[in-house]
Amino acid sequence: MARDLAEAARAARTPAPPRRALLLRVLPTGLYAGRARVLLERSALANRRAWLTLLGGFFEPLFFLFALGVGFGRLVSQVTGPDGHPMSYVAFVAPALLAASAMNGAVYDATFNIFFKYRYAKLYDAMLATPLGPVDIAVGEISWALLRGGTYAAGFLLVMAGGGLISSPWGLLALPVALLEAFAFAAVGMAATSYMRSWQDFDLVQLALIPMFLFSTTFFPLSVFPRPLQLVVECFPLYHAVEMLRGLTTGWVTPAMLGHAAYFAVMAVAGSVVAAHRFGRLLLR
Amino acid sequence: MVAATVRDVTDVCPLVKAAGLVKRFGPVEAVRGIDVEVRRGEAFGFLGPNGAGKSSTMRMIGCVSPRSGGELTVLGMDPDTDGARIRARLGVVPQEDNLDTELTVRQNLQVYGRYFGLSRAHLRAKAAELLEFAQLTDRADDEVDPLSGGMKRRLTIARSLVNDPDLLLLDEPTTGLDPQARHLLWDRLFRLKQSGVTLIITTHYMDEAEQLCDRLVVMNEGRIAAEGSPAELISRYSTREVLELRFPPGEQPPVEPFMDGMAERVEALPDRLLFYTADGEATLAAAHGKGLRPVSTLVRRSTLEDVFLHLTGRSLVE
Repeated sequence: MARDLAEAARAARTPAPPRRALLLRVLPTGLYAGRARVLLERSALANRRAWLTLLGGFFEPLFFLFALGVGFGRLVSQVTGPDGHPMSYVAFVAPALLAASAMNGAVYDATFNIFFKYRYAKLYDAMLATPLGPVDIAVGEISWALLRGGTYAAGFLLVMAGGGLISSPWGLLALPVALLEAFAFAAVGMAATSYMRSWQDFDLVQLALIPMFLFSTTFFPLSVFPRPLQLVVECFPLYHAVEMLRGLTTGWVTPAMLGHAAYFAVMAVAGSVVAAHRFGRLLLR
Repeated sequence: MVAATVRDVTDVCPLVKAAGLVKRFGPVEAVRGIDVEVRRGEAFGFLGPNGAGKSSTMRMIGCVSPRSGGELTVLGMDPDTDGARIRARLGVVPQEDNLDTELTVRQNLQVYGRYFGLSRAHLRAKAAELLEFAQLTDRADDEVDPLSGGMKRRLTIARSLVNDPDLLLLDEPTTGLDPQARHLLWDRLFRLKQSGVTLIITTHYMDEAEQLCDRLVVMNEGRIAAEGSPAELISRYSTREVLELRFPPGEQPPVEPFMDGMAERVEALPDRLLFYTADGEATLAAAHGKGLRPVSTLVRRSTLEDVFLHLTGRSLVE
């Protein structure tokens, strides 16, 4: 009986056609089964009851927007916008908070959650015993982190649109840009996680995120800083995200946008490659 | 056509063939050149103490650990180049349960099946069948964490069967379980064996190896010390019966006076003397005749524990 069932199942099973993106075809099959999307299915199931966490991630930037835009914004009624003209403080700070929430959502998922799954739940060991390879894991987990960051961004964008804080049709591009930003932060976050030895190391993540959050022209323009500090700030990835999103929502679009986008494209690819390579080395010993 | 040819080839070839297989971790040599052949349909065991190299060998066969030297083919393929194709046809039960604690019992089976590229419709039916097999149907929609150790183990075994594997790798399947849970698990594994699944089992329990394995190798310090069926190994390396004499601490007599005549072989453990003999009762009478006054005595049949003691000079579970 059991034998019959097994045989029937064997006959019914169709070999999965290899669905591999062009870029990934060069990889050896042992590293990539072309099935990263089943990790997304898993994450969606695993998070089906975590909507409270998701809701928290959505409200966090809204609280900031309220505190700074409505509260603090009364003291600083106007700032100089990207085009050199004065603009309301709340419209100035909103796209920066959008950039920060995409970053936070992606980094949180790619560091804490992945470290837990790798070190304690041994989830990736279980996955690698199947045809899945380290590239499936990296692509699948990074995609989930970027979806999460992207969901926060989409929700926040709707609030911005409702509040009249998007003054240009270019603002439609803010969502794909936020997704690219989330992708880049998730990839680098996962790569960094592969170097973490214990929970203590995660203090370093906070140490990197907090100054970036505060100083990447999030709350005040770059002109506040002396030139040497400006150069430092211009290296922060969040600075480039804020520049892009503030430009798009206010309609100040320049060729420099391409440079900012390239910055994130490089971050995303480099992070993904390092993450896949490192986790492959750590797990397949 | 192609599939049929492949199947025919693996029917005659051994499912696993290792020659001079080596695994090194830096300067440490965990597996030091072993030769193994596992045939279709048999239950094959790696028996040895912790650190003997069993798990390293299993990880190499499971294609999650590249070999450092020697030859290895699994299902007729090379793990170095065909790892994913081999893993698609393996079932793996790791030493440590790594169930997905963020999913329910049923979802653990279904999601794991998705990793193999199986369809959702197929997996709905498959999960129901496996839950029945693992006797977990009434816990299907519960979380994994509150399950008992034995239930988690059964779920891990059920999960390993989701792709109808040709070869099932079980790394210490019953370590840490209570006797009742172990017997239940053995019963499930025995059924699998009856249905034609090839099993490879590592264990440091003698009774487990004797219950489940058709053939086994005894591993010690990364090498194979002996190979055969449990009965063969016992008859080759031990005697039919064993007489155990226990003495109060500090009063155990030296072995030397009993070395000749009384038994084929005498082993001294910290708390008892073991006499290997064809007739335990006769040896016990002889021991009393020589004036030995143990606090307790036991005549029993030889087990693989005795084989291991003979081969390595030390006991298995320390």
